Amino acid sequence: MDLVTEITILVLAAFVGFEVISKVPTTLHTPLMSQTNAIHGIVLLGGLIVIGYANSTLDEVIGFIAIIFGTINIVGGFMVTDRMLEMFGTKKKAPAPAETSAEAGKDTE
Amino acid sequence: MTPLAALDPTGAPVGILYIVAFSLFIYGIKLGTHPTSARRGNGIAALGMGVAVATTLAQKGIGNWGIIIAGIVIGSIVGAVASKRVKMTAMPQMVALYNGLGGGAIALIAWSEYRHWIHAGETVSLEILIPTLLAMVIGSISFWGSSIAFGKLQELIPGQPVGLPGQKILNGFLLLALIAGGVALAMNNGPDDFSQPLFIGMLVAAAALGLMVVLPIGGADMPVVIALLNAFTGLSAAAAGIALDNTALIVGGTLVGSSGTILTLEMAKAMNRSVANILFAGFGSPVAGAGGDQEQRPHRSMNAQDAAIQLAYADSVVIVPGYGLAVAQAQHAVREMADELKKKGVSVNYAIHPVAGRMPGHMNVLLAEADVPYEQLKEMDEINPELSQTDVCVVIGANDVTNPAAKTDESSPIYGMPIIEVDQAQQVLVLKRSMSPGFAGIDNDLFYDPKTAMVFGDAKAIVSEIVQELGSL
Repeated sequence: MDLVTEITILVLAAFVGFEVISKVPTTLHTPLMSQTNAIHGIVLLGGLIVIGYANSTLDEVIGFIAIIFGTINIVGGFMVTDRMLEMFGTKKKAPAPAETSAEAGKDTE
Repeated sequence: MTPLAALDPTGAPVGILYIVAFSLFIYGIKLGTHPTSARRGNGIAALGMGVAVATTLAQKGIGNWGIIIAGIVIGSIVGAVASKRVKMTAMPQMVALYNGLGGGAIALIAWSEYRHWIHAGETVSLEILIPTLLAMVIGSISFWGSSIAFGKLQELIPGQPVGLPGQKILNGFLLLALIAGGVALAMNNGPDDFSQPLFIGMLVAAAALGLMVVLPIGGADMPVVIALLNAFTGLSAAAAGIALDNTALIVGGTLVGSSGTILTLEMAKAMNRSVANILFAGFGSPVAGAGGDQEQRPHRSMNAQDAAIQLAYADSVVIVPGYGLAVAQAQHAVREMADELKKKGVSVNYAIHPVAGRMPGHMNVLLAEADVPYEQLKEMDEINPELSQTDVCVVIGANDVTNPAAKTDESSPIYGMPIIEVDQAQQVLVLKRSMSPGFAGIDNDLFYDPKTAMVFGDAKAIVSEIVQELGSL
């Protein structure tokens, strides 16, 4: 693929990223960060590709470490984000809605 | 394994599967804009990652399966165990660590990619050399910078700004050396004995730059630093994607770069400082004098029992949590206090300053962990207009983000920083260990306000005491 096409993709992705991410509320910034952290674990792909043409022990060691780092990034990142978002999610099902509506009623009295 | 490795890396099926993968990333992040759908969004992004990895593994030229399987197994186990064990208060360290690992992986991949070209005896075209160098330099800065951030947050190294003489000059020199090295490699981009050591030299210079830039930054500025390093890792992944002709890497990396950039700017705005100022002027230095000339001024203090009575007779209470609450692990006790107050018909909300905690949104996660309903977590702009109708504000382990000097005193180092306008409330309770000034070393006029009462002690102990008192009222 030629460089200009790749830069085109990059620029468009940047605009999409800004558009979508600026709508994430402050409350969810920590899970957003850990989720995007997991997404940059996509570098694992690079590790998988370069290990394919490793032809010395040093290259194998470099690639091996890169694959471990990338995998930790992906697995750890998505799992810890899930743990956090689970805490945010359960709030909705808990007695909270009833309480808040009762409160809202009280406020308007 | 050869039948599996059947797809042409430049062919349409790979390209299309990568489009599926990054579309799932974007959709996943989009669902992350609301707390109820965010968890599903995370799962969808993870699915996208699965597609991307599977697609790559099915390509021609993928080999060394032993190393790949061993690496993925080890990485999965470490990642899974770490994510299960980490405490929510330690999330900033965890994110810094993951950031560093990502950056480190990218620097290593760039190095390996470069070695591959040199080994093949080919001239590296500029279209590949430039993104490879960018990926290596930014990835290396991110790895070492994140390591320092991790060390500071984990308190392995002092959180205070560490200043070294001539640091800025040295940083400038390192940056120039990196640019010069890049130009030298571009002019002499053939396989010879000169380019390999030069490449490694640049790797080391970038490492030194990462260390030197983050080392002088104080703990209170960590939210900005973590967000910035996040952006760096994303950008280096995008650069690696260009070098490797991999669209999934380009889009994935760019998304992270955007997210990190947005968060960096928001955090800097919430501190009313420019990113450059945070990076290049350690906070402690300009205000060191302000802490020194504080005189003894009269203040009012109160015990937990009286505080409980004051809270019980209020109609509305707003809790302003800061990092001190996290340090004291008081979030569960605070939620119990809010429950007790609600039983007595008091309305309770939480006012969250954007930079409360050690990373963007950290305080919200800590309170969510303690089962505080999402609806009660109010952002600064939302709660400020309501504070003048609030009976009691309870400030727990927060200081600078409530300091009225940010609005009134032009000479104050934090002048102009948006604050939670606690001084507008009818009564203020400040839970704090002592009268000592906060991280920025600035005295807080709020503590001497006649309507403020200080409740001294460990936040968790005081709040637990208040809970008991409320129960017996």
